[in-house]
Amino acid sequence: MGSLRDVLSPFTAWKHVIETPVTIKNPIGREAADRYRGFHQNDTDKCIGCGSCEDICQNAAIDMIPVDNPKDGDSGLRPQIDYGRCCWCALCVDVCMTGSLTMSNEYTWVDSDPDAFRFIPGVDKMPWDDFEKGYERQGDRMLSGLTRPEMAELEPEARIGNFDEIVAGYSREQAVLEADRCVECGLCVATCPAHMDIPDYIAAIREGDYDLGTQILYETNPFSEVCGRVCTHKCETVCAAQYEGEPIAIRWLKRHIIDNVSEERRLEIVGTPQVLPTGQKVAVVGAGPAGLTAAYDLARSGHAVTVFEAQDKPGGMMRYGIPEYRLPYDALDRDIAVIKAQGVEIKTGTRIGTDITLDQLKADYDATVLSIGLHLGRSTRVPGSDAPGVEAAIDLLRRITAGEEVPVPKKVAVIGGGNVAMDIARSMARLQKQKFGEVGVTVTALEDFDHFLADKEEVTESFEEGIEILDARGPQEIVTFKSGKRKGHVKGLRTWKVTSIFDEQGRFTPQYDEGDEMVHEVEMVVEAIGQMADISLLGDELTEALEWNRGRIAVDADGHTSEPWLWGGGDAVHGPDVIHAVADGHKIAASVNVALMAKAEAEK
Amino acid sequence: MFSFQPDRSQYPDVGPDGKFEIDLETGKFLKLWHGPNHPGITGNMSVELTVNGDEVVEGYTHVGYLHRGFEKLMERRTFIQVFPIVCRVCVPEPDFNEYCYAAAVEELAGIEVPEEANWIRTLILEMGRFNSYMMAMGGIAGALGNGVIGQWMTYVRDLMLDRFEELTGARIYHMFILPGGVRAGLPEGFEARMEEVLQTAERYLDDVEKVLFTNAVFKKRTKGVGYIDPKLFESYGVTGPNARAGGVAKDVRKDSPYLVYDQLSFEVPVEQDSDIWARSIVRYRDLRLTIDLIRQILAKMPKGGEVMTSLPNVLHWKIPRGETYIKGESSRGEYGYYLVTDGSGYPRRVNVRGPSYTHAMALLEHLIPGTNIADVAALMVSLHTYPPEIER
Repeated sequence: MGSLRDVLSPFTAWKHVIETPVTIKNPIGREAADRYRGFHQNDTDKCIGCGSCEDICQNAAIDMIPVDNPKDGDSGLRPQIDYGRCCWCALCVDVCMTGSLTMSNEYTWVDSDPDAFRFIPGVDKMPWDDFEKGYERQGDRMLSGLTRPEMAELEPEARIGNFDEIVAGYSREQAVLEADRCVECGLCVATCPAHMDIPDYIAAIREGDYDLGTQILYETNPFSEVCGRVCTHKCETVCAAQYEGEPIAIRWLKRHIIDNVSEERRLEIVGTPQVLPTGQKVAVVGAGPAGLTAAYDLARSGHAVTVFEAQDKPGGMMRYGIPEYRLPYDALDRDIAVIKAQGVEIKTGTRIGTDITLDQLKADYDATVLSIGLHLGRSTRVPGSDAPGVEAAIDLLRRITAGEEVPVPKKVAVIGGGNVAMDIARSMARLQKQKFGEVGVTVTALEDFDHFLADKEEVTESFEEGIEILDARGPQEIVTFKSGKRKGHVKGLRTWKVTSIFDEQGRFTPQYDEGDEMVHEVEMVVEAIGQMADISLLGDELTEALEWNRGRIAVDADGHTSEPWLWGGGDAVHGPDVIHAVADGHKIAASVNVALMAKAEAEK
Repeated sequence: MFSFQPDRSQYPDVGPDGKFEIDLETGKFLKLWHGPNHPGITGNMSVELTVNGDEVVEGYTHVGYLHRGFEKLMERRTFIQVFPIVCRVCVPEPDFNEYCYAAAVEELAGIEVPEEANWIRTLILEMGRFNSYMMAMGGIAGALGNGVIGQWMTYVRDLMLDRFEELTGARIYHMFILPGGVRAGLPEGFEARMEEVLQTAERYLDDVEKVLFTNAVFKKRTKGVGYIDPKLFESYGVTGPNARAGGVAKDVRKDSPYLVYDQLSFEVPVEQDSDIWARSIVRYRDLRLTIDLIRQILAKMPKGGEVMTSLPNVLHWKIPRGETYIKGESSRGEYGYYLVTDGSGYPRRVNVRGPSYTHAMALLEHLIPGTNIADVAALMVSLHTYPPEIER
């Protein structure tokens, strides 16, 4: 210890005397690193206000605040960040479902007002809003799943010769995986016409509590088994998960719950009306989704409900419009059984106007609900459209369901590009396969594939089943035999190429390229270009008395028509699908219920 | 040999129970509070000294100035929400918290981490060790009156913080090691800039060797002072450089390799004397080793691949019932996270095992009696403790 070297060596530090002293750098004016996590930026156009950032923030630094002019499918909220709480962990950026929330690399900002450090990025303009540098997620989000489990379906060869249900439904493992992806933002609830409590029933799947799931479904929708199969799932079009990856398969999850609860258990869970009978009577015309939903609600409110149905079985368009391979009849029957269990009486085979008149209903019942659907097919009215061999899609579908004999020729053309066109094309293809062993269906649609009306999966599955779909073709004439044994009968369909469908004002005025003509040789042409309501049951007097809105019965926000005793809903009034009809049913039931209570009060 | 130090054997008297009999009324003794605000205290804690002249006859450690209740806070946060707060458990070397927590969650949730992420995690842990040792070097020199080394080390540490900033997006609390991997790969040109920092560090460390370790005063003040009997290591839970300075070659990196340490070649530095000098020199050599390890990692690691696994939806992430203990070798010794899960969306219990707890409280109390006032700071810094991790 204590050698001379040990005494002298420390003095080598003197060499630093002539150097600039070292210390830490001055942060003012120094730019942070490229991926520094500084003040937030939010692309408010991209942001949907799902609130996942608020959910994940462990400091509760984020509040969702209403902003002006939200876009469609947007909560109208934007994250406000309190920098007195923010710890700059950027989990909000990592979890962001659209990738709109990022962080700039700005970290110095001086203001004497403490409240200035609580603001809405993107809305409250800040100097760093346009900074390119800063923290953003590398690639797609990692904190929740991107893809759906693949749904098992019948292979095209296995399904084309029969009407068996195509979609198998999720297994428990698949459903849990899919339910896990939900961030519970609730944008779907706002978008669903019936405002089904989607995040909660998805949570019930995660918990494995199917009883609770069923209970939640029935709070807003007595047709959950139907909607679990054929709903147009508007909810999925606003799902926060769709911006990176696929939207949550909400429809299939709904089906998964109901598939896992037996019919008996379902009746136990839903139970029967828990109120005293009011002694009031309601008539419902049409046993479709709107009428039966209204009947369900009204029966549970203690009213005696009778549903009149012209067809042999209840269900309306769900039974007579939707083919069995999409919606098996027993699934529909189970939903209707629960409704019947509420004490709803359904009189099938009873046509209003023929078997009983509306005036009688008006006299015998305290209120009448009109939910008659759209059961008349529209015609193209092109030359030859009245020839034998021209059919209306809606009529054919009904006859197929009812088990009636329908003509099945080798070659069929379908006019139309919507889901009904696909339904009839695929139904005819199945019948052809059964009869001839091969498919010969051509669908001609006005719209091109970029603007197609039918669902994507309908088109894909139709192609898989060997159906020919020609897009952007307008019908010009249904060619008929001019002579011979089959004189007057359909010989083919002549179409032109469509160049545009709407004019500049957005009116329907299709334009054609006459040079691009095709004649499809077929023995049957099916028109599937839309339906209308059969309003003959109203009678002249009532038709005259009612207010109308572009050919449909006019109703107020509650579904009340201009006649005090009559309510209207479903496709005949609003359209276009089951879930809208269900929503209409609830609305009408609420309105009828209020009116009946007022009536009872007045009669006391 | 002539000594300035007086004969201390006469005070204080030992009572029949073997304990010192300290009567403050006699005027022979004085209570002296060392901290919580004192440059020689490594953070927010204090030592209550009883001195006789300049000799310390008794010392009690007091903590509680920095208790934030993190372990309880974690029980009220989802698994992903715990991630941003763990780093705050230990301010000067936060990354071990991130690594241990992430690894514990990954083990219980059955998540595989991409290979490259493990290399980046190792790199970050070594960069954190580098910074921590820089503070230790500056601290031990400063505690013995050699302030300039503290300035140099702070400067070099600042350069490493720049590298942290460009790699992780933050300087102190990096919040970069997420359950499932790390947030990003290396930025463009990172290796070259890191090499510059390492060379600067080496230049300054050469100076440290000349100014601190070849220094009669430093040797005089540290050799033989603050001796820890290696027999106490087991009972006092002494790990890390403090144990290695006493001839016990304990190092989790070697003994039970984690991350990619089994793919790196290194020898753990060991000293025998178990005094302040030995502990300082072990840290110095370990710091040199860290520089070498950073170079090895950058040379050997895969680049440009995946660094993060997709996680289940973290907003309702539930982890099956289980428990695990994940440990690593921090700059102060064995650092570990004990995580218990009960199948819910929240940790049932998180316990942080920080080496400072034993070193700064029980061990320090044991070592203090018999030292003199001026040595207490050096003794404490030589144990290299961080109060935030004691109190959590």
